[in-house]
Amino acid sequence: MIKVLKISIGVFIVALVGIQFFPIQRNESSKPPGTGFIELYKPTPAVKNILANSCLDCHSNQTKYPWYSHVQPVGLLLQYHIEQGKSELNLSEFGDYSDRMKKDKLRSMISQIEDEEMPLPSYLLIHKEAKLTVNNKEVLLEFLTKLKSTF
Amino acid sequence: MKRVILFSTLFAFTLAACNSKSSNQSNSEHEHAEGHDHSSMPSKSMKNESSAQKSNNTTVILDAYLSIKNALVKDDQGAARKAGAALAASIDNFDISSFKASEQQELKDILEVAKEHREHISNSKIDHQREHFEALSKDIKDLVTIAGADRTLYQQYCPMYDGNKGGMWLSASDEVMNPLFGSKMPKCGSVKETISMK
Repeated sequence: MIKVLKISIGVFIVALVGIQFFPIQRNESSKPPGTGFIELYKPTPAVKNILANSCLDCHSNQTKYPWYSHVQPVGLLLQYHIEQGKSELNLSEFGDYSDRMKKDKLRSMISQIEDEEMPLPSYLLIHKEAKLTVNNKEVLLEFLTKLKSTF
Repeated sequence: MKRVILFSTLFAFTLAACNSKSSNQSNSEHEHAEGHDHSSMPSKSMKNESSAQKSNNTTVILDAYLSIKNALVKDDQGAARKAGAALAASIDNFDISSFKASEQQELKDILEVAKEHREHISNSKIDHQREHFEALSKDIKDLVTIAGADRTLYQQYCPMYDGNKGGMWLSASDEVMNPLFGSKMPKCGSVKETISMK
């Protein structure tokens, strides 16, 4: 019994070490020209900051990775989250959406922020700085609501 | 603090709504006094009528859409998911090639957004299903405007949805059965527009 336990712990450690040799594909592509949300709609520095702190890690092509993203399987988990996030909303490629889609993405953003479903609570556990303060929320929602009304 | 802001916003909105109402009223009284034609003036209390082309193009999509609606009326998350899958299939099978070039792009955009909504409807809890159903309803209405329908549709509206922002949906019957609240408030809403097919 003890032998089995020892072997399984051994296998686990080997696997954990082994997995470190497979780094994740990093979501840090150089900026595509002209399709980014920030370039298109030129938000105020305050809004820009909020987006950078709370949204862009998972909803753009430029993730700011924490050091532990180099440790697996944490990095893999991050990669999965980023893929999911980008498939729902990619602010780096916002300009590629149709106007109808843009309006709907804005609707979704507003509703998710209002209901405090975004940023994801699980993300906030390790990124306390990404939490939207009452003021952040107000500033961001005002900007998004105004923008939505232009579509 | 949040509450205070919420309530004060609500209060402000209420005030704004009251204001605009009273100014509308005084406007219409004013125009009336000057003897303008009353019949051409849109009235909020009157139901709007509109028409679209009679067509079978959208039958399968409407069937799926209305199944989602009926499932949400009954608070049936599982049935809504299934109907969402049917909607995806009906969108994939929709042929835009017979439409004018100018309409094709619009149709493509509508169907693309509708497909995203249905993905959420097929993969979410019921509140989120309802949110996407409400948004989907506007796209389905735009679809019908371009591509027509095989049945009369009733655009219904419940002003209480989403913290009193209001929400709309389409129904094949003029009787109100609310899919946005379900059993919590089955009768909230009224017919805002009757879209008949010609």
